[in-house]
Amino acid sequence: MRTPLTTASGTFGYGTEYAAALDYSCLGAVTVKGIRMSPWPGNGMPRHAEVPGGLVNAIGLQGPGIDDFLAYHLPHYVDVVGSDLPMIVNIWGGSIDEYAAVAARLSDAGAPVAAIEVNVSCPNVKAGGHTFGHDPAVLAQVVKAVRAATALPLIVKLAPNVPDIVPYVRACEDGGADAIALINTIPAMVIDIERRRPVLANRTGGLSGRAVHPVAVKLVHDAYRATTLPILGMGGVYEAADAIELMLAGATAIAVGTATFTDPATAERVLGGIVEYCTRHGFSSACELTGALDG
Amino acid sequence: MGAFLENTRIVRHADAGPGYRTLVLEAPRLSAALSPGQFVHVRVPGLEASALRRPFSVFFAGEGRVELLYKVVGRGTAALATAAEGDTVDVLGPLGHGFPETCRGTPLLVGGGYGVAPLHFLAARMVQSSPAAHPILFLGGRTRDDLLALDRFAALGVEVRLATNDGSAGSKGFVTDPLDDALIEHRSKGMPFELFTCGPDGLLKAVAQRAVGTGMPGWISMDRHMVCGVGACFACIQRVKGPDGRPFNARCCVNGPVFAANDIIWDS
Repeated sequence: MRTPLTTASGTFGYGTEYAAALDYSCLGAVTVKGIRMSPWPGNGMPRHAEVPGGLVNAIGLQGPGIDDFLAYHLPHYVDVVGSDLPMIVNIWGGSIDEYAAVAARLSDAGAPVAAIEVNVSCPNVKAGGHTFGHDPAVLAQVVKAVRAATALPLIVKLAPNVPDIVPYVRACEDGGADAIALINTIPAMVIDIERRRPVLANRTGGLSGRAVHPVAVKLVHDAYRATTLPILGMGGVYEAADAIELMLAGATAIAVGTATFTDPATAERVLGGIVEYCTRHGFSSACELTGALDG
Repeated sequence: MGAFLENTRIVRHADAGPGYRTLVLEAPRLSAALSPGQFVHVRVPGLEASALRRPFSVFFAGEGRVELLYKVVGRGTAALATAAEGDTVDVLGPLGHGFPETCRGTPLLVGGGYGVAPLHFLAARMVQSSPAAHPILFLGGRTRDDLLALDRFAALGVEVRLATNDGSAGSKGFVTDPLDDALIEHRSKGMPFELFTCGPDGLLKAVAQRAVGTGMPGWISMDRHMVCGVGACFACIQRVKGPDGRPFNARCCVNGPVFAANDIIWDS
């Protein structure tokens, strides 16, 4: 990656939507929205609720399926963004076989597809997502199956709502993952008190935004102490300081997510701030920030 | 054209009726790029730094300015309403798929409340590009206070037919009453028309039913809460018939906000 920044899956579409609003040279990779084998309609409306310090969403992984992704979205990315900016493709499935099948299809895609992010932690779908991410033994099976299906680098995106992250990190190591991503959204709920009904059609959703940032810092910190796998840190990155905090906690790279909705140019500001911080503190490269906690 | 950010400046911000405001932004790039029915996504000055943007349809764009006409309905618009002339506003646009600007027959524009905003931009563009178009505006509201921008339509020379629920202006009842009179007149004379509408969902559905029922084109501008505005997040879904006739969850922000009446699948 030419910079330590990417986009958080689900906040950046298929990579082309913000092409005129953000200078992509600040990104080291683009992470696109979750893909499974077949098209998936997602949840009913409403799908989001704004809350102080963040956003609760229950999109439900609406997506075109791997065929349309490869036939339309990937070539469109090449047309708009080019082949030089690596794409990380987030995948999910309703079964372990489906995870492996999607990964196999992506293996043959070629540039710009550069890595796979395995989503085992979406709180908004019943069939897939967190079913596979809340049991370390099942998680290891998913990672092994995907590992066997592709030679592409594997990043496993973990759920934050577990009592101890370490067994899940071990499962990623055992399964042959190349990196882990922390954190996905935190299960949450919003109620319309006048109507006495849940705001979201799915009843519950996942919280993202500023409010989740300290949770992400803590989990990245815990994971970093337990593994040598690189960590892609995310969760409430709005300013350079948020990214630097995650890096000091142990992240090697950072994803900008919900902040993009408020300011599409967030990643540009974050990168500029990281460079300024490194200069001010005598770091020759952002790589030196990883785990550089003094105490 | 892809959506871009423009740092705009407020040149006027004034009341447009009880609870309604007109915001005029100096926005040279956006004013040249926007088409009727498209919208902009506004980062509201003064809201917390992580608040989502708020989408607004465009009341007028041209001559270096972008005008918004909005109702104060919640936290975002309440904060926006306090922004002062001279303040800067970060605006993302142009966004969405707007109205067709050419029309076969009489353009019948049907607005409810502040849904009149994009119809004004459409009427202005139609009058400018084809003086023979003669659009007619049907505008409804609960009371006369909800009938906005009448002076602007008068300045364009657009014929206006009004309806209010309480009868304080125009005919008493729904705006579909004078609309139905016009549809009967057009059909009896064999005159073609197209329907263009923006307003509350009930009105949109009523106008869409009339378009489908008469077999004439209808263009429906859907109002949905939005998150990204650019098609990235899939939060603003409307069920529609796709090109292959099969239903799919379209994104209002990029596939709309204007949809063909024939394509919309309404919630039962």
